Amino acid sequence: MRRTARSVLPGFGLSLGITCTYLSLMVLLPLATVFGRTAQLTWPAFWATVSDPRVVASYRVTFGASFVAALINTVFGLLVAWVLVRYRFPGKRLVDAMVDLPFALPTAVAGIALTTLYASNGWIGGFLDPLGVKVSYTWLGITVALIFIGLPFVVRTVQPVLDDLEVEVEEAAASLGARRWQTFTRVVFPTVAPALLTGFALAFARAIGEYGSVVFISGNMPMKTEIVPLLIITKLEQYDYPGATAVALVMLLASFVLLLSINLLQWAARRRAAV
Amino acid sequence: MTTVAAATHATTAPRAVTRATGESPAVRWTLTAIALVFLALTLLLPLALVFHQAFSKGLTAYQEAITDPDALSAARLTLLVASIAVPINLVFGVAAAWCISKFTFPGRNLLITLIDLPFAVSPVISGMIFVLLFGAHGWVGPWLVEHDIKIIFAVPGIVLATTFVTAPFVARELIPLMQEQGTEEEEAAIVLGARGWQTFWRVTLPNIKWGLLYGLILCNARAMGEFGAVSVVSGHIRGETNTLPLHVEILYNEYAFAASFAVASVLTLLALVTLSLKTLVEWRQRRADAEADAPDDDISQQRMAA
Repeated sequence: MRRTARSVLPGFGLSLGITCTYLSLMVLLPLATVFGRTAQLTWPAFWATVSDPRVVASYRVTFGASFVAALINTVFGLLVAWVLVRYRFPGKRLVDAMVDLPFALPTAVAGIALTTLYASNGWIGGFLDPLGVKVSYTWLGITVALIFIGLPFVVRTVQPVLDDLEVEVEEAAASLGARRWQTFTRVVFPTVAPALLTGFALAFARAIGEYGSVVFISGNMPMKTEIVPLLIITKLEQYDYPGATAVALVMLLASFVLLLSINLLQWAARRRAAV
Repeated sequence: MTTVAAATHATTAPRAVTRATGESPAVRWTLTAIALVFLALTLLLPLALVFHQAFSKGLTAYQEAITDPDALSAARLTLLVASIAVPINLVFGVAAAWCISKFTFPGRNLLITLIDLPFAVSPVISGMIFVLLFGAHGWVGPWLVEHDIKIIFAVPGIVLATTFVTAPFVARELIPLMQEQGTEEEEAAIVLGARGWQTFWRVTLPNIKWGLLYGLILCNARAMGEFGAVSVVSGHIRGETNTLPLHVEILYNEYAFAASFAVASVLTLLALVTLSLKTLVEWRQRRADAEADAPDDDISQQRMAA
């Protein structure tokens, strides 16, 4: 890291001042209200709120569907990144650009499009319905929406790592008698594994907070397909502010732990790359 | 750079070597086909469906849906909110990137993490925190009611929630870029007698313009498309506190599917424009990087020849 005793560049005070003031007023103070509000609750009241059966059921839906979606994204994200980096096919640049669609498309639009697509009379739902598979308004629908939302996180994290992979290492493995599959599992995979894990964590973190794309397709049945963000909104609409903040606090803590582990993962990956 | 090297390598290398580090054509085509089918199902079909549904009742119905007074007022509000939130976060992003990338100070890594914080928070919670602060039962709520100032269920609340949600975009794009560029060019300008702002406009800005544009494009897309956070603070008052994404929701919940998808198609077009601009900027950035790296390549080639 660069270490300058005193920089000749101006503007340190001004830029740091703007940054810290803005972050404090716009981000930290508003977030602190969640902790402040929850602190007004007694511990038993807090515990009763966050361990209520309906709330626990919504944790299960949110974390379960997010985990499955992130897992599917990890598999297909690696495949997509691999194909985009290693192979050539017509329209590749277009496909590459399209991967970012879930970042750019407003979540509400994704939500209504996926719901219509997977409804029992929809383009995809119409095929699945005769097979007895219902997607829209079920747990499966939530997972489908979360797969859509999370895909670019995995692809965009893995892609640069695959890009930087030295072909020479694979050649060495091949010349030492490794088969292609062995080279992949023993040489390529360990190198991309940290990025893959980071991508998984990013997709998972985004999924547990996701609202817009899920709320249309989930059906919102309490105990069955109700996600945590929707439960928070429901509580807010009933003016149950303590209840909403208590559940929000649990989600915030989960997000912070995830953010911390993602930063640690990236830090570890950078250190490995530096060595 | 590595991809270019790898690509030229693959074409010039003897056949045996290419085969050792590549898959057989059958595997290659199978993997490509699976990836493309997966992408078509997850990305392309929803996209096609939006336009198909939007025009399902004909062109007149489409026109009526997007020129409906409520739709137009929602579009105006969406533009207004983005035109406030994006410039604020532009100033913040540049300031944050300047102090973090050009100086070393204790707590710098903590600051980077704090900037990312809004990305880690659920949109619903991002909206909720402003209700807790400014709502009728919020911390400053009673004072606001006394002075007849409306923030929640009004435009200021929507602006606040959108600004919170889009805060990291510009900073996040600029910090790694400016860290990589270092401080030598700015230091040279200062030593040669340039003033601070001169240095920024003439030296720093030309270096970061593509990254800055990239961050702005993403920031704007999110500002115009934000749903969860805005939904909590808006109150869904038609013609007053309805943004385009909220208007899509209202129409959909009223079973006005064609109209809902018509408005959604406008937002989808915005997303497609965003993606095109983003790709263009990436392409220009890569070209600028390649030009900057070109002299090094000449040297290395000369060295190889020697």
